[in-house]
Order: sequence, then structure tokens, then C-alpha cells
Amino acid sequence: MITTHKLLGGKFSVELHQFGSAGEPLLFLHGAGGLTGVDPFLEDLGKDFKVYAPHFPGYGESTGNEHIDDVIDAALFYHQLIDELGIAPANVVGHSMGGMLAAEVAALCNHRVKKLVLVSPAGFWLEEHPIPDFFAADLTEIGPLLFHDPNSAIAKMFTAIPEDFKALEAMYVERVKRLATAGKFLWPLPDRGLKKRAYRISSPTLVVWGESDKLIPPVYANEFTSRIKGAKAVTIKQAGHMPMYEQQAEFVKAVRGFLKG
Amino acid sequence: MKFTWFHLMPYRFLPEDFKDKYRSVWVDIPRNLYDPKVGHRLYNDYLDQLEFADAMGFDGLGVNEHHQNGYGMMPSPNLMAAALTRRTRNANLVVLGNSIALYNPPVRVAEEFAMLDVMSGGRLIAGFPVGTSMDDNFCYGEVPATLREKYYEAHDLIVKAWKEMDIFSFNGKYTKLRYVNLWPRPIQQPHPPIWIPGGGSVETYDFCADHDYQYSFLSYFGYIAGKKVADGYWEVMAKKGKEPNPYAMGFAQVVIVANSDEEAERLYSPHVDYFFNRCLHVYNGFADAPGYRTVKTIKAGLLGQVGKQADLRRDGLTWKDFVDQGFIIAGSPKTVRERLREAMKTLHCGHLMMLMQIGSMPPDLVKASTELFAKEVMPYMRDLWSEYEDRWSPKRLPEIQSPAPVHFEKGGANGQTRPAGIQSEVRSAK
Repeated sequence: MITTHKLLGGKFSVELHQFGSAGEPLLFLHGAGGLTGVDPFLEDLGKDFKVYAPHFPGYGESTGNEHIDDVIDAALFYHQLIDELGIAPANVVGHSMGGMLAAEVAALCNHRVKKLVLVSPAGFWLEEHPIPDFFAADLTEIGPLLFHDPNSAIAKMFTAIPEDFKALEAMYVERVKRLATAGKFLWPLPDRGLKKRAYRISSPTLVVWGESDKLIPPVYANEFTSRIKGAKAVTIKQAGHMPMYEQQAEFVKAVRGFLKG
Repeated sequence: MKFTWFHLMPYRFLPEDFKDKYRSVWVDIPRNLYDPKVGHRLYNDYLDQLEFADAMGFDGLGVNEHHQNGYGMMPSPNLMAAALTRRTRNANLVVLGNSIALYNPPVRVAEEFAMLDVMSGGRLIAGFPVGTSMDDNFCYGEVPATLREKYYEAHDLIVKAWKEMDIFSFNGKYTKLRYVNLWPRPIQQPHPPIWIPGGGSVETYDFCADHDYQYSFLSYFGYIAGKKVADGYWEVMAKKGKEPNPYAMGFAQVVIVANSDEEAERLYSPHVDYFFNRCLHVYNGFADAPGYRTVKTIKAGLLGQVGKQADLRRDGLTWKDFVDQGFIIAGSPKTVRERLREAMKTLHCGHLMMLMQIGSMPPDLVKASTELFAKEVMPYMRDLWSEYEDRWSPKRLPEIQSPAPVHFEKGGANGQTRPAGIQSEVRSAK
């Protein structure tokens, strides 16, 4: 089900995708690339949770991007959304950039976050493990950066170029809109001071990483588990930066197990 | 018609296999390709060329800002303009310009431009480019989505700092200052003419038209391809009811003059090839960071100057193609006179930014072409647009003080040091 929610009397308009009707609320925060429109892992999670997957302002039909300059503004936007949906405390699952923002959401207010799942999250920068420049990457480099198997059908779906010019232009414009927004948090390096605030996170936290993530190397998991008290890490085999697409069953099992445990 | 002799200051000695071996002349060009000893000679050669252009009667001397770039060795064009204030007398100093979103606080630009204006006796033209995505986003780390907002704020602060006689506070989103109090003040009051160089963003047309600034389209594709942008600009000007004064527009064009069309090709062709195929070899991923161009500009279908699309438009072109498609205007004085007049009329352009040194072009060829242009072309084009008033050029002091004579303690005759040609030095360094 797709609905539109006006926040703060229309300051933000949010395109909200919902899956499932029973269970605890689960708020999914997408990464820099955004939702694809075909996100079966969300349907799968919808069997056990009431899943809310909003497009961040600047993505899809969601608007109000001009009111967000930094990660604090973004976290407060999500607080407002949680409040207006009346789903606090929600389980919050964030992927990549969404993981970075989910961590900020919890660090600024633990009461709104029941449990926290960070999937290949951004947010830190290690000199000895630089994260490749995703923004400058050529389309031919995107597949190998994101996927364990860049030749798999799912990887091909992500890197396909439409033949039709109109569709290509629409895709290009949407991509520019999305990555321009992501740049507010990730450009030129994805460190906006989470290291100063991560100690505030007290919600039970699980860190999920694809074993062969070449965009944000799995070594970054240590940064999260060492800075967030009690955080556990789980590694998913034969998965890169997009474990929820590449190893959906393993991913859903890990998340469900943690949230229901 | 006014003529600015514009220098990009390229590194002239990129290896022959540069395009195959390296992905970009900009942003991540290997540092070891730059030899500072060669750089010393190039800077001096290039300043000599600009000074020669002053002596030859060009109206302006142009410099610009690029970072981490093999064809533009001026991270700070203000340093070059400062050097020129001392050894030129007549020409305006066209600093085109400072990428004002990059300076913190932007009053630094107001200060340095005021210094240049005072040093030069009121000869400065102040250029405010947004800057390229390579420079601003990739080299200087500016967030693409907020770059333009930061640029507009910097512009407002700089212009206010020039105009305001009283100390004021500035509470911007990107800059907060308690005491803005510009010392020194520029000679030109309230401020030097402002020119906005653009690469074809539609927002820039409106910005120039609304503020009565001169719009300079800096293209490497020449006047035929540039017509689309020029038409877009004049359309906006007409819609806003502005006078179609050709001096409200500048255009960059490669121009080469030799004794004959054949001589132009024979002598200059390798250097044109070096420019288009080695200097403009920019990795596509750096051409246009997401958010650098607005959705409005993307939808207007305006193509970038560099990157994959630009490469494709230039791929495999010969001298004849470059000439026929207008990338360059080159040939005998007669040929150049005819084509240049046609080009300027087509674009309705009063300020020509002439790229007369490009790529690997050595000093003797630069000098010959410059001199021929000054003597055999420029005088025949002065009449163009004489019915319009140029309101975008400096109002200088009637008398400009000369520097004291130079006294070097060491060196050759008159203390001037002139080592052997740079070509031989580069060869022996290999």
C-alpha cells in the first residue's frame, strides 16, 4: 500500500510504502540509492511486522528536501514522522545512508526506537579503510561495488539502462535528485560526527554486514559495535553492500530473529 | 568590439600516451607529471605572453581559476592578476574569476579584488563563476546540492561589502560575521564591473539579466555549438525587457592567425590536437556531480563542457573538422576576419575572450599569432557594435603609476635571466 503523508501541515510530503498489517511497527530507512519499487524483503518482513518504508524528502514523490541540510535535520524529520504516524517506539532498520540516519535517530532520542538494526551503515571514516567514491563511480563500476556477484540477475536489474530515451531521462533525473540529497550527508566523506553521538544509543542494536561488501568494508562493523553499548554484529555470506536483495532469506531471518528475540 | 586575451595556463608537457594511461587531466591527475622547474618557466612565459598582449593593444587580459588541473595551472588567478598589475599599463585585468562559494569567508574575495583594483589603478573586472563540478565538488569538497545557494549568499555578501560605507553584520546560512568593514575600498565605485562566466546553466541567464551583469559563456566548442546558449541568454534578456546590448555578453573562442590557411594548419595543428585530446580528457565521473546542475538545466538539454558526451562530440576530429565545426577560428588574417565577424554577429557578442595560447603551443607561435591578430584582424573589427555603449568595462584612473626600474644584482645583460629554450630542458629531463 502506498500513501501520502503531510507532515507539519505540509512542510514535508512523504510517499510511504506499507507492508503487512499486524505486529510491531518497523520503520525502514533506505540508502542513498533509495527504494527501487521492487523491494521483496520488505514484503517478507511484512509477514511479522507492520512495515513503514518512507521515501526520504527528495526521493520519489516525497518533498521538503530544502528544509533538510544535515543529519540532525534528517533525524528530526524521522522523529516527526514517527510521532505523526503514532508508532513510537518503533523498530528502526536502516541501510547504508539510512543506517547512518537511523543511528542518529536513536542517538538523539532512544524513546522512539525500540530496537535498532544497522545494515552496512555509513557514518564513519577510517583512514586505513577508505570508502570508494560512489558519486564518481561509472555505471560499470557500480555493480562490483554493490554486489557480491555483479553478474547475478538482481545485480543486473540495478545497473540496467533503459533503451527508451524518455525512460532514460526520467531515470537520470530521479538518480540526480536522489544522490544530490544523499550528498548532504555523504559528500565528500560520509562522516558527519556520529562518533561524537553514538554513545547515546541505548536501544538494543544489531549490525548486519555483507561479507564481501566492497563499498563500505565489513571492518567498519567494529566501529559500530565498539561505540554502541551491547551492539551485536552478524555477517551474511555471499552478499555485498545490498544483503537484503542479494541474500533476502538470510537477511530477513537475521533481522526477524533479533527483533523478535 | 572588445578583445580579451585569455590564458588558461596549461601544462605543455603531458606525455603522449596521457589519454590511454590516465583517466583524467583534472582532479586525480598524477602529481609526478608536474615538474616544478618546468612550471617556473611556464609561468614566466605565460606572464610574458599576457604582457605582450597588453603591448599589442588588447582590451583585456584574462585569467581564471582551476584546481588539480593539467590544463589550468591557476588555483589562484588573483596571484597572476597581481603580477600583471606591475608590468601592464593599458589592458583591463579580467579575472574570470573567483569561485566565490569556495572562500571562507567570501569577504576574502571582496578584499583581494579590491586590492587588485587599487593596485591596477581601477582596471579590474571581477568574475564570479559558480565554478565547475570538478573544482568545487571533487577538489574542494563542496556539497553539490547546496553549492548554488552558497554561491548566491557569497555574492550578496561581497557586493554589499563593496557598496556599504558603514560597518554591518552578516547573518547568512553559510557565513556569519559580526564586523564587515572592507579595507581597502576598490577604486571603481561602488565596485568593479561584474562578469559571470557560465558553462550553460539556465539559472545564470536570469542571474545576469536581473543584476545587469555581463554573461560570459566559456565554451570550448566554439561559436557554432555556442549559438544555442547565446540564443537562450538573449531570449531571457528579451523576456525581461533588457536592451540587447552585445557588450552584455562575452564568448570564449580559440583563435589562431598565420600568414595563410595552410600555414595555420601546418604550424598549429599539433597544438590544437594536444588541447582537445589531452587537455580536455576528463573522467566522466567527475564531469557533473549529482546536484551540481539543477534539474531545470538537465531538462533544458544543455550539455557539459567535459566528460563522456563532450568526448564523443570531439572524437576523431581533424583540423578541418575543428575549423568547419567552429571549434577553432584559424587561418590567414582574411579568413579569421570573415569568420570572426560572422561568429560575433551570430552570437550577438561584444566581448571576445580569445584563447590564443592553447595546449602545447610554444611561445614563438603564440607571439606570431597574437601579433598578426593585433595588426591584421583587430583593427578591422573595431567598428562592430560601435552603436552600443560598453557599460561593462572598467572606469580607471586617468593616470596609473609606473613601477620603479628593475635592478637585479645577478644575471645577464640588464639583470635579465633568460635560460635556453624550455623544449630542450624538458627533453634532457627525460
